[in-house]
Amino acid sequence: MRYLPLTETEREEMRKTIGIKETKELFSDIPKDKSYFSLADLPAALSEPELLDKFNEIGRKNIFPGFLSFLGAGAYQHFIPELVNFLSNKSEFLTPYTPYQPEVSQGSLQGMFEYQTMMAQLTDMDIANSSLYDGGTAAAEGIVLALKKSKKQHILIAGNIHPEYIEIMQTYIKYLDYKMDLVPFDPQSGKLKLAELQGKIDQDTAGFIFQSPNFFGVVEEGKQISAMLHSKNSYSLQIVTEALSLAFLVPPGENDVDLVVGEAQSFGLPLGFGGPYLGFIAAKSEFLRQMPGRFVGQTLDSKGNRGYVLTLSTREQHIKRERATSNICTNEAWCAFRAGIYLATMGKKGLRSIAKTNHLNTAYFVKEVSKLNNVKVKYQKDYYNEVVLEVQNGKTDDFLKKLEAKKILAGIPLHWFYPDQKNTILVNFTEIHRKKDIDQLVQAIGEIK
Amino acid sequence: MKKQLPELMFLKSRDGKEGCSLSAPEIADDLCILAADKLRKDIADFPQLSEVEIVRHYTNLAHLNHSVDAGFYPLGSCTMKYNPKINEKIANQPEWNAHPYSPIHLVQGNLEIMKSLEELLMKITAMAAFTLTPAAGAHGELTGLRVIRDYLTAKGDARKIVLIPDSAHGTNPASSVLCGYQTKEIPSNENGILEVETLKKHLDKDVAALMITNPNTLGIFEKNIVEIARVLHENGSLLYMDGANMNAFMGIAKPGDLGADVIHLNLHKTFATPHGGGGPGSGPVGVGKDLVKFLPVPIITHQGKEYKVRYHNETGSNRIKNFYGNFLVIVRALVYLLELGKENIRQVAEDAVLNANYIRKKLEPYLDLPYKSKSLHEVVFSDKGLTVKTLDVAKRLLDYGIHPFTIYFPLIVHGAMMIEPTETESKETLDQFIDIMIKILDEAKKDPAFVQGAPYSTPVTRLDEVLAAKQLILRWKPAATQTN
Repeated sequence: MRYLPLTETEREEMRKTIGIKETKELFSDIPKDKSYFSLADLPAALSEPELLDKFNEIGRKNIFPGFLSFLGAGAYQHFIPELVNFLSNKSEFLTPYTPYQPEVSQGSLQGMFEYQTMMAQLTDMDIANSSLYDGGTAAAEGIVLALKKSKKQHILIAGNIHPEYIEIMQTYIKYLDYKMDLVPFDPQSGKLKLAELQGKIDQDTAGFIFQSPNFFGVVEEGKQISAMLHSKNSYSLQIVTEALSLAFLVPPGENDVDLVVGEAQSFGLPLGFGGPYLGFIAAKSEFLRQMPGRFVGQTLDSKGNRGYVLTLSTREQHIKRERATSNICTNEAWCAFRAGIYLATMGKKGLRSIAKTNHLNTAYFVKEVSKLNNVKVKYQKDYYNEVVLEVQNGKTDDFLKKLEAKKILAGIPLHWFYPDQKNTILVNFTEIHRKKDIDQLVQAIGEIK
Repeated sequence: MKKQLPELMFLKSRDGKEGCSLSAPEIADDLCILAADKLRKDIADFPQLSEVEIVRHYTNLAHLNHSVDAGFYPLGSCTMKYNPKINEKIANQPEWNAHPYSPIHLVQGNLEIMKSLEELLMKITAMAAFTLTPAAGAHGELTGLRVIRDYLTAKGDARKIVLIPDSAHGTNPASSVLCGYQTKEIPSNENGILEVETLKKHLDKDVAALMITNPNTLGIFEKNIVEIARVLHENGSLLYMDGANMNAFMGIAKPGDLGADVIHLNLHKTFATPHGGGGPGSGPVGVGKDLVKFLPVPIITHQGKEYKVRYHNETGSNRIKNFYGNFLVIVRALVYLLELGKENIRQVAEDAVLNANYIRKKLEPYLDLPYKSKSLHEVVFSDKGLTVKTLDVAKRLLDYGIHPFTIYFPLIVHGAMMIEPTETESKETLDQFIDIMIKILDEAKKDPAFVQGAPYSTPVTRLDEVLAAKQLILRWKPAATQTN
């Protein structure tokens, strides 16, 4: 077996050194009647060619390749420059563990420091950590942080946050002594009802978490929301599920948001059927000592040279145990490192350019599709790169099936998340779409009877 | 030539440089529907580099890292085994790269991969069902504990306390607290394991579960485990077995047979997926049959050859992560298990344990072994009798091209040196390591100051962690560039 370098002779030699006859003896602490079970029901070992055949065969059961896709909702298809694959897949970055020995980990550490810097720049916040699992868990960590820091018991949650994120937040705080309250949105605009939010904030409100652009793709009034919360001494928390929007829209920091959490899959990570992705958290510096996850800090070595280490570990589980600020240990370090490579490759100009293209492609679709009378764009104001499309006649499943027959995945039916939304779908446009792709979608929709 | 840190990319940035090649815009700017006050003006100081500069930057960073591919990495409790290259090739194939909300009849292959891994893990562990959604070990702990709490709450017997042995990973108490539990630490005995009598002393009707790592962080199998499970169950409490060290007995024994109600596994440890400098991982959770209905969504089922996905469980969604979990990590783990097959799966554990015991035997004359019980996949020495600190020995190892073992953990061993060689190391590597250790201990006797000054051959010397925590430079800023 190629991953097992010991030869039988060496095993024998080692057993002699240890003073045993059979390796089995080393396992004698395991109850005899519970060990050395029959392996008969496990599959037989496959050779490399057999593995390739096997996975090619499984791969052929996936028939999505070749479809023109407009699926988004928290997982976005963006172009990934080859440089990102080439550099991030170097085994020096892929095969070390957490940089506990900084002297031989400066490559990972400096890369993470640069990533932290770029995420802080993009969110326009003081600090960003070096990764969390994904957007949904980052949102959960974010509200727990706000609750702990404020020492209050009540958190408000926007009703137009990605429904999966809401579920994850509910799971996370289920057994903590906190109260969570949903703030509804206006079905006419897709946006939050600020008057209603105002009425819900009281002395016990730790903060309010909203998503912008929200689940329906609409940009919220971040500045007004933050001001409203700050006037009542509560925190403003923003979720960003489409990280690329940070390069085009007024950033959270400029809107005086206190904590930004979200998903940075858009920064060079493939769709990958949902993971691994990249959770992030960025904040005003007052949150620093209670934040979850790892931080890389700059320091000096004993000769006075610049170097990097993991720092602020006194917040973490391996030091603080039950008093830690989070239980996170293994995170998404490589994804963050790779995002750093992506961001450096795109650069300021490239990132801003594609962030704009995402919006313009969406606007072009809205313009073109408005000429049809079998569908309607539901929220025509303040969208970024996703829109809700109302199907005028018939149900969405039927509508989507007809497009699927033309090898188009036009969107995600919203009844998956909101049972009463029978005739709406969520459609996403990125720089991956060419004008002709959008024309093709519009034409195909127009042909639906 | 000594390797040096490249300048920070922000200092190399110049206006107008391009690192990417983009298509010309097809849609005119005037279609933008957002008002100017919603648009960002600039991203101050964001880098602008050319492709060749980016390649040199990261290539030079790569040269500063130690990795499993570069050399021995016996980091105890982390199972730094070799990461097979065929796993990378298959995981990077485009045919898995579907959107997670693709219609399920278009992604039957992906669902088959997940279901196949779930079923294999069930066979290896004797657990009734698995969820693959947790992103890491600690995330699995949180999931598993929440399942326990849901189960007990549904029975009308909500309890408050989780018992945790003193040798446990820090994630165990941290996860328990995040699940609303109080934790109580219980001592292991002089042999490094939990006594049934000790457990009984701490057991009452408020104990929801015992969370125990097996083999524990001393590398010792909790040999009372079957009796421990029985005593717990008799009390209405559950047994959570942390499977972080499953590499020690994969294919030898099954946690379910030993009485575990909930376990988590670490695909990035036992199942050879790359650690990536600290993640991504994957922490599948397996549960006994009474707990299955409390697992988080999505739940993959199959009728005949057709795979389906359920987004609602009878007990609620219990969702713990977006989408399906770290799918591309799951692909790698499945490739690995299929390559091992029934012919090799047991050999993995046997070689891992043989390697650890070989190191133990060879180093025992030179180092203090505080717990003499049988070692499985790792061995933990203390700093007793050393002329320098554990940290100094670790730093000196760097000069010999070896990544140090885990140091100062578990906490119950003074100056702990926790060595886990894994099965993927050759006898030659082990012998070299042993020789180097003996040499360093000798150096430490003859010239402690020299060892205390190590490392000498790394890109940087010992770093000032106190300064890092004091000055807290966590990002580059134009004003803070003096140190370059």
